[in-house]
Amino acid sequence: MMDFEGVVGDVSRNKPVFHDNNVAWALKERTGARIGVGRSGARPLTSEVLKFRVDHAAARDAIYDSVPEDVLKRHECVSVETLAADKGEYLLRPDLGRRIREEDLETLRREFSQGETVLILIGDGLSASAVEANLDDILPSLRTGLERHGYTAPRPIFIKNARVGVMDHVGEALSPETAVLLIGERPGLISSESMSAYMCYKPRFGKTDSDRNVISNIHRGGVPPLEAGAVIADFIHRFLELKTSGVNVKGA
Amino acid sequence: MQFSLKIRERNFSFQSFNEIMAKANEEKSGDSLAGVAAASYLERMAAKTLLAGATLDYIRNNPAVPYEKDEVTRMIQDQVDEEVFVEIKGWTVAELREKLLSEASDAEAIRRLSRGLTSEMIAAVAKIMSNMDLILAARKIRVTAHCNTTVGEAGRLGSRLQPNHTTDSIDGIIASIKDGLSFGVGDAVIGINPVDDTLENISRVMDKVYEFTHEKVNAPTQICVLAHITTQMEAIQKGARTDLLFQSLAGTEKANRGFGINAAMLDEGLELMRSRGPAAGPNVMYFETGQGSELSSEGHEGVDQVTLEARCYGLAKRYSPFLVNTVVGFIGPEYLYNAVQVTRAGLEDHFMGKLTGVSMGVDVCYTNHIGADQNDLENLAVLLTAAGANFFMGIPMGDDVMLNYQTTSYHDIAALREIFGLRPAKSFEEWLERKGIMVNGKLTAKAGDLSIFEE
Repeated sequence: MMDFEGVVGDVSRNKPVFHDNNVAWALKERTGARIGVGRSGARPLTSEVLKFRVDHAAARDAIYDSVPEDVLKRHECVSVETLAADKGEYLLRPDLGRRIREEDLETLRREFSQGETVLILIGDGLSASAVEANLDDILPSLRTGLERHGYTAPRPIFIKNARVGVMDHVGEALSPETAVLLIGERPGLISSESMSAYMCYKPRFGKTDSDRNVISNIHRGGVPPLEAGAVIADFIHRFLELKTSGVNVKGA
Repeated sequence: MQFSLKIRERNFSFQSFNEIMAKANEEKSGDSLAGVAAASYLERMAAKTLLAGATLDYIRNNPAVPYEKDEVTRMIQDQVDEEVFVEIKGWTVAELREKLLSEASDAEAIRRLSRGLTSEMIAAVAKIMSNMDLILAARKIRVTAHCNTTVGEAGRLGSRLQPNHTTDSIDGIIASIKDGLSFGVGDAVIGINPVDDTLENISRVMDKVYEFTHEKVNAPTQICVLAHITTQMEAIQKGARTDLLFQSLAGTEKANRGFGINAAMLDEGLELMRSRGPAAGPNVMYFETGQGSELSSEGHEGVDQVTLEARCYGLAKRYSPFLVNTVVGFIGPEYLYNAVQVTRAGLEDHFMGKLTGVSMGVDVCYTNHIGADQNDLENLAVLLTAAGANFFMGIPMGDDVMLNYQTTSYHDIAALREIFGLRPAKSFEEWLERKGIMVNGKLTAKAGDLSIFEE
């Protein structure tokens, strides 16, 4: 099948016209912004419009897609949901995305022991694609990193329609020493597969952003997921040593 | 003032004027999130009807946040022209609407009238106006301002060139500036949102962009680096050059505290720009606002987001800004859910800003998690040009690679000027002619070619 990238440049014979091609291309290389794209009258050339719309379409799909079941099964995730009934409600009510459903709290209490050293949480957040794209790399490297420090984590918990604050509710239910939440970021046009890792010592109700450490921009073109897994493990180790997290803990 | 009303055999009662103000708003997710929105269409109509009958005098005496408690309220109340207010205080909000729309009210009459209004009155009238009312009334009002160039003149549409870069690379920023200038964009300001808000970086970006703009290509415009006001002021005190001082504003003292600012700090900033800034002036401030920011910073004081937005303009007015920009689709779906809500907010904000008397532009934009897309953005930009907005953003293909959202593009600015027969600011247009980019208000074959500027 023909690939978009191979086709889009050939939909029209019109190309950007530059007085000096070398200067134009040198300038284009200095930024990721879409400069020097040409025009027809006051409008962009068709291929540029198509490329832009494809990037936006990928971003929109990333928000409304679900993480495929086989991905969650492969990593032996225990799946739960927040109080947000669907993506529409999730977008409108950030508060509902911070609470686990009552029946799912029972599941968590049944499946997990109280007071684990570290819990691995996974949230779809604003990008299911981010979870799908990064999980296979980030989870093994995170587990390896934790083992190197002498820790083991139980099965990951997947939380559908999750906001960052949901880690505090899981913390209330299971009283872990530490937790990390791997969550899909708001997709941009450059990448719809970007993930953040929020990490907290004793996540409980009342914790705020200043109590958490975060690694953002985790994707193939940003912070590589393999690398991020190791960095998270180092943070967890520091939290356990220092018995705190957030602004009190600088980069591990 | 009536607080209850029966419509179609249903009784609606309200506990306070703030409740009527909030429930009179068109539907916005942010008002629902704040718990102040109308619960039904009829309740909304009950609130609008009661509000339409409220007098300006009553509104003057019942500000959204008490005078004693809030410095934004004090500034709004204290800058009312009492002579004008005495003439109009008996009017109802409905009569104010009709006055604004009447053919007997020209630009001058409305400008005079606006000096007697508080932000709450301006918000109140917006709440009972339709989208086309907001466009028609705003179009009548012209607010011009001067820094190095003039913004807001008849027949002209300005633009902020926004050459953001993911690492604040000067080479990357200048490459985007060249591209924008070649489209005739950048006459209102060349304004960079920095990634890194440190003194060293802000000073560096200010100096390099100033040097390129004013000493290399000699473009008649303004530059600005949109760091926190304290960082910019420190940079200026240490000798960095910038034409405009920027700050985001909120509509309550509490929310402004969340932004790390207060009136005294803004007063000091204006004084610094007037004494140390390189620009001609007298308008040397650039403010950004946007519905929902007070709730987002937990300083909304139980007030709805339209009223709070109007109060931002009341605060801005004290500083005679060169530019006020409402960033209308950036905040997220929990405040403005979709294109209908963003469109409404854009038209409300632009109207309220102009009626307040500030030089008003709009960042017509969307993030990827709201129910709006490129077509919605283009629609609103056309509506706001019809309404006479002073300026819009211009970004390469509308894709901000640093802030991760989409706004109007260099192409959009060119297209809006072509559709409506508008030109850039006069001195900037003359510069474009000297560069061979524009002739008689039309782009030439050279336009859109970033390679025409020497290294």
